[in-house]
Amino acid sequence: MAAYALKRLVGAVPVLWIVATLTFFMIRLAPGGPFDQDKSLPPDILKNIEAKYHLDEPLGAQYLRYMGSLLVLDLGPSFKYANRTVNEIIAAAFPVSLELAFWAILVALTLGIGAGIIAALYPATWKDHGVMSLAMVGVCTPNFVLGPLLVLVFSLTTGWLPVAGWETAQDRILPALTLGAIYAAYIARLTRGGMMEVLRQDYIRTARAKGLPERVVILRHALRGGILPTVSFLGPAIAGIATGSLVIELIFDIPGLGRFFVQSALNRDYTMVMGTALFYAVFILAMNILVDIAYAWLDPRVRYD
Amino acid sequence: MTRGQGESLWADARRRLLQNRAAVLGLCVTGALLVAAALTPWISPYAYDEQDLNLGASPPTRAHLFGTDSLGRDLLTRMLYGSRISLVVGLLATLVSMIIGITYGAVSGYLGGRWDAVMMRLVDILYSLPFIFFVIILMVYFGRNIVNLFVALGCVQWLTTARIVRGQVLTLKQKEFVEAAVAMGVSTPGIVFRHLVPNVLGPIIVYATLTVPAVMLEEAFLSFLGLGVQPPNCSWGILIAEGVKHMELESWLILFPGFFLSLTLFSLNFLGDGLRDALDPKYRAD
Repeated sequence: MAAYALKRLVGAVPVLWIVATLTFFMIRLAPGGPFDQDKSLPPDILKNIEAKYHLDEPLGAQYLRYMGSLLVLDLGPSFKYANRTVNEIIAAAFPVSLELAFWAILVALTLGIGAGIIAALYPATWKDHGVMSLAMVGVCTPNFVLGPLLVLVFSLTTGWLPVAGWETAQDRILPALTLGAIYAAYIARLTRGGMMEVLRQDYIRTARAKGLPERVVILRHALRGGILPTVSFLGPAIAGIATGSLVIELIFDIPGLGRFFVQSALNRDYTMVMGTALFYAVFILAMNILVDIAYAWLDPRVRYD
Repeated sequence: MTRGQGESLWADARRRLLQNRAAVLGLCVTGALLVAAALTPWISPYAYDEQDLNLGASPPTRAHLFGTDSLGRDLLTRMLYGSRISLVVGLLATLVSMIIGITYGAVSGYLGGRWDAVMMRLVDILYSLPFIFFVIILMVYFGRNIVNLFVALGCVQWLTTARIVRGQVLTLKQKEFVEAAVAMGVSTPGIVFRHLVPNVLGPIIVYATLTVPAVMLEEAFLSFLGLGVQPPNCSWGILIAEGVKHMELESWLILFPGFFLSLTLFSLNFLGDGLRDALDPKYRAD
């Protein structure tokens, strides 16, 4: 397994190199720059600023400089947040986004798997139809619609939960629910399908024939196989949750990395945008590798190759 | 289910589609939306830029069925015009993604061997990347206008199309009609685009129907963030973003656009699922 993980990690290096190169040239070849403003700066000041950030060097030299600093994991200084490096900003903001993502995944897994098992155990009953209709609604409701609706109901109308912020435990509930809901819906559908498939297998009949309690049959024997489609969905789900957090952090005023990314995209903060995009790419690739390892661990038929 | 004797593929597919209630519902809603969007200049109750500052934000009334915003603009009118932009972006971005995906997939599948391996490896790599970030980068650096928006969205949506087309072409290229075309001296591009691509239209139509809602969702997402369609143009994403700002006192501004965006995504997804069940030969077996 260690060899497999190592192989996947080595395989990720060229991917990241391609991503870094593509974003670098995409940004530098586009018209306009971070210091273009409505009121243009005096030329000598502009020159000084460009010299400070090495924007006056030829493109090839800038590229080599950037790649060199990436090798030592230095994402450079931010153009807009004076005196802060991209590394510092990510280090401050990412833990917040990570916590949000953690709660969202917890919501998605508990609601999704729970609902999926119920639907699979009572197929074609009102429980099944109710759960699956709800899941269909969940799949088709964008999080930037669901979030405001939840705020409208649970904060503005009833006053049960805070509208926005990120201090108390109550602040976590609505953002996590909003971000996790759509994945809970997908996971419910996948778990239902996976469980229905597994429950027909001979080894489940054997487990029941041995006289095992139904709870053990479902949770220990069936779930291990029935959860496999969900596990392979986790990679895309994590990528989607990272993307979704851009909007959720904006709606709920959460000081996470997603909000910084959108802000720096609007500000044309080159290094910040590139650094954050690269950072997210690394994060998502790492998560995909972890998911693949977990999949092979759960399903012994899959060999590491 | 019995298949009629001598029934063509398309007649059979139509019959199966019309038996699927969810898909028919999706078809009706989608059709109504398309008609409304096409006829907007004639059916919208007010002019696009008409303001009524004396009225201000008004809840739904008989004169303004969906209410008005703080500038006294009629929400129904804005939603009708917004639907045109949302649909145009959805359809054109899908078209862009189909052109790229079909070409890439067909060439990869037909060439086979080492070319195929390299081209598909690239698709695998691109699959694992957080694409919306690149769309955002494209939008920021090449300007936030509608053409860039659908090109950027199209450029990131072609991967699955390429995979589907490649898979179909791999099996089709073994068939006699391809051998015959080769024997008659048809050029490689001719074989790919005249003989192979028309034969994979079924799965392509299905996947295109499912791509349109995905793209519309992404457009709304970007516009919501302020990175997509720019005012004074308006799309449903912009209306939702404006609605969020005012939802405390004027909840209709978020409820109507939110409901109609969800309804549209719902309908297109049902329609796409129905078309897949109707056209996919795998579902024909039972």
